[in-house]
Amino acid sequence: MSSAILAEMPRPDAKTAAGLGRRRRNADRLARALAVLATLVALAFLASILITLLYLGVPGISLHLFTTITKAPGSQGGLANAIVGSIVQAGLGTLIGTPIGLMVGTYLAEYAGRTKLGTAVRFVSDILLSAPSILIGLFIYQMVVAPLGGFSGFAGALALAILVIPIVVRTTEDMLRLIPVSLREAAIALGAPRWKMIVFICYRAALDGLLTGVLLAVARVAGETAPLLFTSLGNSDYSGLSSAMASLPVTIYQYAASAFDDWVQLAWTGALLITIGVLAINIVARFVVRRR
Amino acid sequence: MEQGSDTRTPAVRAVRPGMVPADAVEGPTKLSIRNLDFFYGANKALKGITLDLVDRRVTGMIGPSGCGKSTLLRVLNRMYDLYPGQRATGEVLLDGEDILAASVDLNALRSRIGMVFQKPTPFPMSIYDNIAFGVKLHERLNRAEMDARVEWSLTRAALWAEVKDRLQTAAAGLSGGQQQRLCIARTIATRPEVILLDEPTSALDPISTLKIEELIDELKQDFTIAIVTHNMQQAARCADQVAFFYLGELVEMGPAAQIFTNPKQRRTQDYVTGRFG
Repeated sequence: MSSAILAEMPRPDAKTAAGLGRRRRNADRLARALAVLATLVALAFLASILITLLYLGVPGISLHLFTTITKAPGSQGGLANAIVGSIVQAGLGTLIGTPIGLMVGTYLAEYAGRTKLGTAVRFVSDILLSAPSILIGLFIYQMVVAPLGGFSGFAGALALAILVIPIVVRTTEDMLRLIPVSLREAAIALGAPRWKMIVFICYRAALDGLLTGVLLAVARVAGETAPLLFTSLGNSDYSGLSSAMASLPVTIYQYAASAFDDWVQLAWTGALLITIGVLAINIVARFVVRRR
Repeated sequence: MEQGSDTRTPAVRAVRPGMVPADAVEGPTKLSIRNLDFFYGANKALKGITLDLVDRRVTGMIGPSGCGKSTLLRVLNRMYDLYPGQRATGEVLLDGEDILAASVDLNALRSRIGMVFQKPTPFPMSIYDNIAFGVKLHERLNRAEMDARVEWSLTRAALWAEVKDRLQTAAAGLSGGQQQRLCIARTIATRPEVILLDEPTSALDPISTLKIEELIDELKQDFTIAIVTHNMQQAARCADQVAFFYLGELVEMGPAAQIFTNPKQRRTQDYVTGRFG
């Protein structure tokens, strides 16, 4: 039947066919050229940033950098207190934010489904995910710094924790939703209560994905400046969590625009350190995913 | 029971010699289904099913796709409870006790009525832990007792010889057939009374299928078994009694030999002879 219809349809003559083919080939070439061009432009910016960072940052790298605290201009300071402060604040922020994000993500994936509360929580979490981070800093300033009467590393960690939460929520929910129904039913069929199915089967099956989410959250908050400006402020020495605390991004922010060459050098090197750190975390995250 | 002369149905020739005679299906009832209706929302998927599973016998459930046989299995261990909008009415009596009652402890029920699914579902952990997970849900065993239980269940599932040297390796590394036997081992490790098999070999190769079928024959000494299958030969080989479902109704139920050689209903005959389905 269909072959009869095909036979009745006129074949295009050779000239038309050739013209059509030429036009399609040209359109293909144009589209490909535009795509390659766009890619090159994007890569050029990235390469420019990386090359500048390496060119200006590498000369400042020395053991001295990691062992000496920030000092007055001209007195050979390092970044040790800023590095420690960043690790402490990002670490504590992740430690606080991860369990909360994990539980919210679990609630959304396992219990809330398409309920009104679930939809609302998901919506708010997504808003938080894209909220300007300086707002988070102001929020913690109002809620913690102002009432307690002072800047503190703890306030900085709290601000970072609030940034961690929505990232972990999203990855947790996404990863748990990828667990096949058959695996869940198999656990339930053995007589497992729901929470045991979630904790011992789903979490374990999604472990790599959950870990990746946490690593990406660490990478994100490690470079945040704005939430720390109003919370941990910065410090020219080592400090406890209860007082103002130094961090790499804030130090870079303060030093980069200064009039002193050695401070500007420290800012470049600090920026390079953060970039390397974030890159390393991303590579680890990728490695974790690929191990599956 | 040589059926070579009867060429009416290809399924018949698969009935092995020495199969349990028809009257052997008589026996105490383990699980009694009475006037069971089942609904997916407003859609009625099972209509007035009444059926007995005989203690320590294999009941095969056959019928075309969407006829309700898998749905019936999911009622028997209350799996449908996971999904709002699904509900069952009628009675399902396990040793005389209605398991559809709201007061039933579902986790305890599922330890008494185990289930193995169509696709092997090994948990993301070691072979040993796959078995221990289910056992730990219901019993407190010390290390030696757990070791013994793992060995016992793997032996019963005809898997022990193949995995005894790598119990601590990931279960995902097993072949499909081995994974399915692991799932059976995991199910019997909790020592259920009834085992529900939902097309347990449809994702497996012929050799693995044969092993599982032999296993089913072995397991019915201790367990009451219900098996859903699309494979008529499999039902003929494994089942003592066979129930034929069509469009949510139980059309006919009887000893396997009778269903495959001398069905009473026209629709059963059409189905087992491959005229539709």
